[in-house]
Amino acid sequence: MPMQSPTWLKRAWPQLLVLLLILPLNAIVSPGFFNITLQDGRLFGSVIDILNRGAPVALLTLGMTLVIATRGIDLSVGAVMAIAGAVAATSVNAGHSAFVSVMFALAAGLGCGLWNGLLVAALQIQPIVATLILMVAGRGIAQLIAEGRIVTFVDPHLISLGGGSLFGFPMPFIIVLIAAAITAILVRLTALGLFIEAVGVNAKSSRLAGVNTHATLIFVYIWSGLLAALAGVIAAADIRGADANNAGLWLELDAILAVVIGGTSLLGGRFALSLALVGALTIQALKTGILRAGFPPEFNLIVMAVAVAVVLCLQSPALAALWKRR
Amino acid sequence: MIDRNLPALVTLAIFVVAYAICAAQFPSILSLRVVGNLLTDNAFLGILAVGMTVVVVSGGIDLSVGAVIAFTGVLIALTVGHAGMHPLAAFALVLSIAALFGAGVGAAIHYLQAPPFIVTLMAMFLARGTCFLLTNDSIPIRHNFYSTLESISIPFPGGGKLSFIAMLMLITVAIGALLLHYTRFGANVFSLGGNRQSAELMGVPIARTTILVYCFSSVMAALAGIVFSVYTQAGYSLAAVGVELDAIAAVVIGGTLLSGGAGNMLGSLVGVLIQGLILTYITFDGTLSSWWTKIAIGFLLFVFVALQKLLVHLPELRSKRGFA
Repeated sequence: MPMQSPTWLKRAWPQLLVLLLILPLNAIVSPGFFNITLQDGRLFGSVIDILNRGAPVALLTLGMTLVIATRGIDLSVGAVMAIAGAVAATSVNAGHSAFVSVMFALAAGLGCGLWNGLLVAALQIQPIVATLILMVAGRGIAQLIAEGRIVTFVDPHLISLGGGSLFGFPMPFIIVLIAAAITAILVRLTALGLFIEAVGVNAKSSRLAGVNTHATLIFVYIWSGLLAALAGVIAAADIRGADANNAGLWLELDAILAVVIGGTSLLGGRFALSLALVGALTIQALKTGILRAGFPPEFNLIVMAVAVAVVLCLQSPALAALWKRR
Repeated sequence: MIDRNLPALVTLAIFVVAYAICAAQFPSILSLRVVGNLLTDNAFLGILAVGMTVVVVSGGIDLSVGAVIAFTGVLIALTVGHAGMHPLAAFALVLSIAALFGAGVGAAIHYLQAPPFIVTLMAMFLARGTCFLLTNDSIPIRHNFYSTLESISIPFPGGGKLSFIAMLMLITVAIGALLLHYTRFGANVFSLGGNRQSAELMGVPIARTTILVYCFSSVMAALAGIVFSVYTQAGYSLAAVGVELDAIAAVVIGGTLLSGGAGNMLGSLVGVLIQGLILTYITFDGTLSSWWTKIAIGFLLFVFVALQKLLVHLPELRSKRGFA
C-alpha cells in the first residue's frame, strides 16, 4: 500500500521534488506568493487560489487515476463536465432546487460513466476509442441540452458550490477533500483497490482468479463520470452559467497529465491517488505561477511541456537502469 | 485478403449508401461541384489521416498534428509575409523542421520508453506554445505563388473543379497507401503494431521504425499545414484545434484498429469523406444545428467500432458452435 511512509517517499520523490521546485520559483517571480489573509471569514492568497482553481482538474484526476490503473483512459471527462453543467443549469432554471439539479447532473455523469463502462467491459472496446465516442458526441449533447446557448442562472445555492466558502476555505477545495476521502476509503479500505490493480496488471488472469473484472471496470468509469459531473457543476457555478462549448475543454488532458506526473503508469497496475493529486496541484501551481509572474498565458503550454519532459525523464525506465548500473 | 480489408470495404459501402440517401433528399449533392468541394474542403484532413494511419497501425497515436498545422501556417505567414521568403523555400524550411520535430518525438517514445499518448501530448503543447510565442494574430498570406497555386485546377464538366490541394491530397493518399502496404517500411510498421516483442525478435529495426513513423506523421502534418494555409490564405496560431481527433476518428472509421497491427490507408480516406459528407448534408439541410455533426460522428464511431468487434468475434463464435 502506497501510504506506508518509507516506500511512499521512495516512490514520490520525483513528484515532490518538482512541486517543491515550482513553489519557491513562484515565490521568487511573485513576492507575496505565500501570503494568506483572512477577510470576511475567508482565506485569500495565491496558494488558496491554486487550491480553488485546481479543484475541477483535481476531481477529474481522482477518477482518471482509477481508470488508468485498470489500464484504461477516459477521454470523455471534459465533455461530461459540459453535459453536467448544462443539465444543472437548465434544471435549476426550470424551477428545481439546487440540490435536485445537482442530483440530475450527477445522474447524467453516472449515465455517461455507465455507457463508457459498458463499452469497455461488455463490448471490450479499447478504452481510448470507447471514450473518444463520448468525447466527440458529448459536447454536441451538451449543446443540445443547452439549446446552443450559454445558460446562465442566479440560484444562490448552486452558485455557492463554485464561489462559496466553508471554514474559510473555498467550497471547491472542500468538495475535492470530501471526494478524495470517499475515493480513498472506497479503494483502500475495501478490496476494490486491489481488484482495480489486478485488472490493470492482467485482466485475464484476474478474471480467472475470481475477480469480477466487468463490475470493476464499470465501477471505475462510473466513478470517473460522477466526479467529472461534480467538476462540471463546480465549473458552471464558478461562472454562473453553463458553457457547452468551453466548459472542461481539454481538461481531460490536464487530468491525464496529472495522473502521469503522479507516477501512475498508463500501462495500468499500481496507482497512487495522493501523488496524482500532487500532480494536479503541480499543474495548477505552474499555471498560477506563470500568471502571477506577469508572463502572458501563452507561456503556459511551453512550461507545461518542459515540466512533463522533466517528469518523463525522471520516471523513464531507461534512466532508472542507467542509475542502477552505476 | 478480403478478410483483412473487410472493415474498410464495409466503410466504403456505408459511405456509398449514405451518399445515396443524401442524394435522394438533395439531388444536387450528386453534382461534380459538390464532389470537388468535398475533396477540397477536406484536403488537409485527408493528408493528416495518411500520417495518422501509419502511426496508429504502428500501435501509437499522435496528438500533436493539429498543433503542427498551426505552427506550419504561422511560420509560413511570418517567413513569406514578413521576411519576404519565397513560399517554396518556406515550405522546404517548415517540412524539414517538422521532420526533425517528429524524429525527436519518435526518439523520446523509443528511448525514454514513454507512452506515445503523453509524449505527443507534450509535443502538442510545445508546438502550440511556440505558435503563441511567434504571434497571436491571424496573419494573411499574400504572394503571387499562392495565387498561382489557387489557379491550378482541373475543371469538371458542368461546373466545379478539382483544385490543386485536392489533387495533392489524392496523390499523398496514393503514395501513403503504397508506402504502407507495399514497402518494407510498411511491413515493419505492421509487425511493430501487431506485436512489438515478436517484431524485435524477427529483426525489425524497432528504434528506426518508431522514429521514422513519427517523423512521417509530422511531415504529413506539415504538408497538411501547407495545404491549410493555401486553403485559408492565412496563418493563425489557434487554427486546427482538435483536428487530431477528427483524424483519429477518420482512421478508426476507416477500419484501422487503434491497438495497431491492422489497417487500411484507403479506408482512412473514406473515413475523412464520411465526416465531410455529414457536414455537407447539414449545410444542405440548413435547419440542423452544427452540434448534430458531433453527435453524428460520435454515433458513427460507435457503429464502426461495434461492427469491427463483431467482425473479429464472429469467427470465434462460429468455431465455438462447431461450424468452422
